[in-house]
Amino acid sequence: MIADKLVQEFKTVVGGENVWTDASDLHVYSYDAAVVDPVRPGLIVRPTTVEALGRTVRLCNDNGLPLTVRGAGTNLSGGTVPLPGGVVIVTNGLNTILEINEADMYAVVQPGVVTAKLAAAVEAKGLFYPPDPGSQAVSTIGGNVAENAGGLRGLKYGVTRDYVMGVSFFDVEGHLVKSGSRTVKCATGYNLTGLMVGSEGTLGVFSEIVLKLIPLPAHRRALMAVFDSLEKASETVAAIIADRIVPATLEFLDNFTIRAVEDFSKAGLPKEAAAMLLVELDGHPSQVEEDAARVESLCRAKGATSIRMAQDAAERDRVWAARRAALSALAQLKPTLVLEDATVPRSRIPDMVTAIQHIAERYDLTIGTFGHAGDGNLHPTILTDRRDRAEWERVEKAIDAIFDEALAMGGTLSGEHGTGIAKSRYLEKETSAGTILFSQRIKRAMDPNQILNPGKIIAVKE
Amino acid sequence: MEVLARLMRELEDQLVVCMKCGMCQSVCPVFDQTGREADVTRGKLALLSGLMESIFDDPEGVYARLNKCLLCGSCAANCPSGVDVQEIFLKARAILTGFMGLPPTKRLVLRGMLANPSLFDRLTEWGARFQRIFSRPVNDIIGTSCARVMSPLLQDRHFRPLAPVPFHRQVPSVDRPAGASGRKVAVFTGCLIDKLFPNIAHSTLKVMDHCGVGVFLPENQGCCGIPALSSGDLDTFHKLLDHNLSLFEAGEFDRLVTACATCTATIHEIWPRMAAKRQREAAARLARRTMDINQFLTAEVNYSPPADAPEIPRRVTYHDPCHLKKSLKVFSAPRDLVQATPGCRLAEMAESDWCCGMGGSFNLQHYAISKQIGTKKAAQIMDTRADVLATGCPACMIQISDMLSQAGAAVAVRHPVELVAEALDP
Ligand SMILES: Cc1cc2nc3c(=O)[nH]c(=O)nc-3n(C[C@H](O)[C@H](O)[C@H](O)COP(=O)(O)OP(=O)(O)OC[C@H]3O[C@@H](n4cnc5c(N)ncnc54)[C@H](O)[C@@H]3O)c2cc1C
Ligand code: SF4
Ligand code: SF4
Repeated sequence: MIADKLVQEFKTVVGGENVWTDASDLHVYSYDAAVVDPVRPGLIVRPTTVEALGRTVRLCNDNGLPLTVRGAGTNLSGGTVPLPGGVVIVTNGLNTILEINEADMYAVVQPGVVTAKLAAAVEAKGLFYPPDPGSQAVSTIGGNVAENAGGLRGLKYGVTRDYVMGVSFFDVEGHLVKSGSRTVKCATGYNLTGLMVGSEGTLGVFSEIVLKLIPLPAHRRALMAVFDSLEKASETVAAIIADRIVPATLEFLDNFTIRAVEDFSKAGLPKEAAAMLLVELDGHPSQVEEDAARVESLCRAKGATSIRMAQDAAERDRVWAARRAALSALAQLKPTLVLEDATVPRSRIPDMVTAIQHIAERYDLTIGTFGHAGDGNLHPTILTDRRDRAEWERVEKAIDAIFDEALAMGGTLSGEHGTGIAKSRYLEKETSAGTILFSQRIKRAMDPNQILNPGKIIAVKE
Repeated sequence: MEVLARLMRELEDQLVVCMKCGMCQSVCPVFDQTGREADVTRGKLALLSGLMESIFDDPEGVYARLNKCLLCGSCAANCPSGVDVQEIFLKARAILTGFMGLPPTKRLVLRGMLANPSLFDRLTEWGARFQRIFSRPVNDIIGTSCARVMSPLLQDRHFRPLAPVPFHRQVPSVDRPAGASGRKVAVFTGCLIDKLFPNIAHSTLKVMDHCGVGVFLPENQGCCGIPALSSGDLDTFHKLLDHNLSLFEAGEFDRLVTACATCTATIHEIWPRMAAKRQREAAARLARRTMDINQFLTAEVNYSPPADAPEIPRRVTYHDPCHLKKSLKVFSAPRDLVQATPGCRLAEMAESDWCCGMGGSFNLQHYAISKQIGTKKAAQIMDTRADVLATGCPACMIQISDMLSQAGAAVAVRHPVELVAEALDP
């Protein structure tokens, strides 16, 4: 319980209507999109000015209250599950796009700006903000930066990290720290921006973010290729890259996912296909057309059983509808969906898909796999019912096994969903004891009282 | 707490379908205004699960948040997991109302008036006679009034007045055989059309006549029941269903049409699911035959205007009622009708399928939020520089009239069927 007097102080800072303490309000900030146990906070605060944000952080620190910043609460690793009785700071009241600079090609935004809204505003000016997580219709830029979110365009355009030019943030005492700049080059001071990207609210609270923009590609072309074996699909991916073609997106769906999508949307996909690749090229029209023709012939040479090249925007939409429907189609099959994102070097995709299939058999589980073939980031999606205790235990074992496989292939636990609480206990496996120690020391130096989202990324050591 | 948890368990299988992805935040008009998780579907479902699992105990708080909802179905239409939001919300409202009791004012309105169609009719006629005394006209093009004296219920609303004589007084019943088309429809009038927009009903009859379609319009029709259901009053809903089913079961027709998006969606989607066991079969039978009027005119009788129809040059913009677009997936038919009308040119507004913020009793309970949502809609309408706003739902027409009128806009508000009828005889 947070004392009434303290609640009153929060109200003075952010306004009475932006502080919530009802049992019902507390309950709905106990979870995020990850399949982890909910934890009830003690207070919800929604600052609507940057100044109030800083003072809120300081008030938490002064009173020893652990705080968790929350954007849209869509992360898949428990990053916004608060500490018991802690404070949740909601950022969606800070949602102003402060500047879109066309001459210098950058944007300055508040942390609660929704990704898709920024992308649309930027596109209206003929510019492009490429990171496009599947949640972009709701996710916030603050959440994207704090998770180093990826998306479909990672292969060619990189991930959120590659677009963050600077971050201003409040340290735990509420001091405003500025890092980076609005210039392409910046060699001033430590690279604090680099440290803050992917920090999951454990080192500071973002107040303003400067993002790099690039010109909007003039032309796009999408195509879909179907294969009767995983190896052929994977060889095609390798061949495209070897041919020095870098598609904007290069997506993969396995047989289980294809069948689920077809049952769900009746789009006319071949249910017997072992794998499907969806490719989109973008850039200068003549280059795009040339590359598209090359990709088509590579698919054919590697034995694609059918290839569909989108001729217009409507057909392009139809090609992508299959990919967009993947998560929905799988979600409808069982009550609980665990979306993993183990990532391997691109060339190991067939091995990884096969390994996942074996894991599904070994633990008697339903797993559909789709994902970003171009960058090796797969989404093995486990379909289950959390209420079924016995099955849930097998799910947990399967997740361990998937991580082990990914690491054995030189991959990583998470390509884009972050560590949070869901993966923190695996971190040492991928890195080293020294890494954990180093990270703990950084954390302790910057947040001695364990106020900033403690327990995320690295477990709290007493 | 135990009792409520047990009651809630009825919803368990539907509640677990939500995977907490949060994608509903992008489409919920209420959340768009407030930014509060408890106002968006994910939060509301979590509250219901919380009660079910006895994680916390705040039935009043949950009930209040559950009612802060337009029942617009935007979230359901967009949900990747296919959560049956509408049904969960309606059942949950019924469970909580049963658990806590219907508040006295709602009890009076729903049980005392709505459940009794002829009494309800008499009372609203009374109201129509007196409203002139208490209100004054403010906008002639839209046809709205505002309160002459400060009134806590009306606040600063620019409301559509009750019609001096409701439709059912002007045309108590019709039973006209099929004409040239060989088709015959039953017409379900709906409360708002009957009492506020009789011209839509007259237009409906006129257009059916033009298309050679016979009409069965039974006397003493009741409300579709959605106000009762959204207040969690299953008893009144079932009573109204009994009343309406027996009226329409008696007629001969091949389709039941309504010009009210909310009535159509209620009959088509909700009657069969929320009917009492004894009613389920009849409700399903009727639901299968029920269709929106725009869709009927374009898909089933291929409406076209007479060759000598006068051309009235008008710029028309169309608002998608949630219950047409999201519940019934009807969105091109009304546009086709507008475009088929001589002189009408369609000018699309931005976000034409964003809810207008009406939501029935939501507008009464949360007028401030409703108004914020509606004000944005009014601005988007005015940006099109249209002369006419067309939309397929009288509830949207009330809200949009209020918002346009408050914005001082010179935009007429019409049902597509009214536009069609105007072209038939000027
Ligand atoms: C359907 C679906 C699809 C998804 N697809 C993708 C995908 O393709 N790629 C991908 O990478 N992810 C994906 N995700 C995961 C998720 O959407 C991303 O991690 C996203 O970046 C989270 O944004 P958010 O605003 O919801 O952040 P939240 O979940 O609210 O927060 C995430 C983390 O950021 C911290 N944080 C938020 N704001 C601030 C701030 N101002 N200062 C400091 N810390 C802050 C929080 O404390 C938390 O640790 C998907 C999720 C869903 C549900
Ligand atoms: S979009 Fe559907 S599944 Fe996702 S949180 Fe909302 S209701 Fe639940
Ligand atoms: S029905 Fe409409 S108002 Fe209610 S939760 Fe869904 S989107 Fe929001």
